[in-house]
Amino acid sequence: MEKERHVLVVFPHPDDEAFGVSGTIMKYIDSGVPVTYACLTYGDMGRSLGYPPFATRESLHEIRKQEVEKSARIMKLTDLRLLGYRDKTLEFEQPGHLASVIKSLIDELNTSRIISFYPGYSVHPDHEATAEAIVGAVKDMAPEKRPALQLVAFDKDTLEDLGDPDIINDITGYEDRKEEVMAAHISQTGPLLKRLAADTVEGQETREAYLKLEQFYSYDID
Amino acid sequence: MEKIDREKVQEILNQYQDRPVYIHVEITSGVYADHLDENIFNAGTFLRNIQVEFVQGAIRGGRNGQYRVGLKLVNGGWIYVLGLTHYVINENDEFIMHGFDHEGKLASALEISSNEFFK
Ligand SMILES: [Zn+2]
Repeated sequence: MEKERHVLVVFPHPDDEAFGVSGTIMKYIDSGVPVTYACLTYGDMGRSLGYPPFATRESLHEIRKQEVEKSARIMKLTDLRLLGYRDKTLEFEQPGHLASVIKSLIDELNTSRIISFYPGYSVHPDHEATAEAIVGAVKDMAPEKRPALQLVAFDKDTLEDLGDPDIINDITGYEDRKEEVMAAHISQTGPLLKRLAADTVEGQETREAYLKLEQFYSYDID
Repeated sequence: MEKIDREKVQEILNQYQDRPVYIHVEITSGVYADHLDENIFNAGTFLRNIQVEFVQGAIRGGRNGQYRVGLKLVNGGWIYVLGLTHYVINENDEFIMHGFDHEGKLASALEISSNEFFK
């Protein structure tokens, strides 16, 4: 990991930062790099309302707000921006709107690296709308001014189409805090936390998948 | 939330009859459904902050704890939701019915309120 001026993390849902990125975020923060997490929605249309359910469609908004705030505290992330769009609706905003919102964040924060989703390989329409906004924001910048793009891809075709990820961060030493970050999103992560804690082969595989390496693809606009 | 008690829910429905109310209706298989299982066809809908007035509201069913609610609207239209299992009236006086699937995830919702739901 290189020394960055500023890292901007952009995801649509509280908990998108937890699974594949929080170790990397903590490593940047602990090495003194300023990190901003812009979370576009409150995840208020999520299907998981707790295991067993303890939220409703109406209370999920406030619960997930508190969860992502707790996640930020655990990561020692001090610049959390909750943009407050409605979950599931990002792709229906006016074309270019989200890109301009991202662009003003880049300008304000003097961002040198963006962590977000990979266009075409991030499965959920809100993820794709976020990826599209990132690319839209960066492509109009002069090439030498563009922040580096470090993107998460998890579509089934990812390996076949994109090959192996080229950015691999070893998060050894961050296992416990990453587990705490995932546990902060308790309305969403109940079954996953159980698998992580299980003294079984599946448990071991889950720990390997989440607590050892975080993998990303660089994305070149041109 | 509590498991649906048919009589109680019917009583609450009656309280919202014959006056303008806001509804939230939602049915969802989840956006990840066909990512996790290729045999599933993703479908879903939500309608939020739609103002309606119903002249008759009824709850039916109950097999395996799963109910249907139908609202006959003042203009002759209908609202129909299948697969409701739980209900609550929350601190904002919103009447919330949810249907949870076998994994405990939200599959359906019908909510009725005198005031607008948050945006
Ligand atoms: Zn997400």
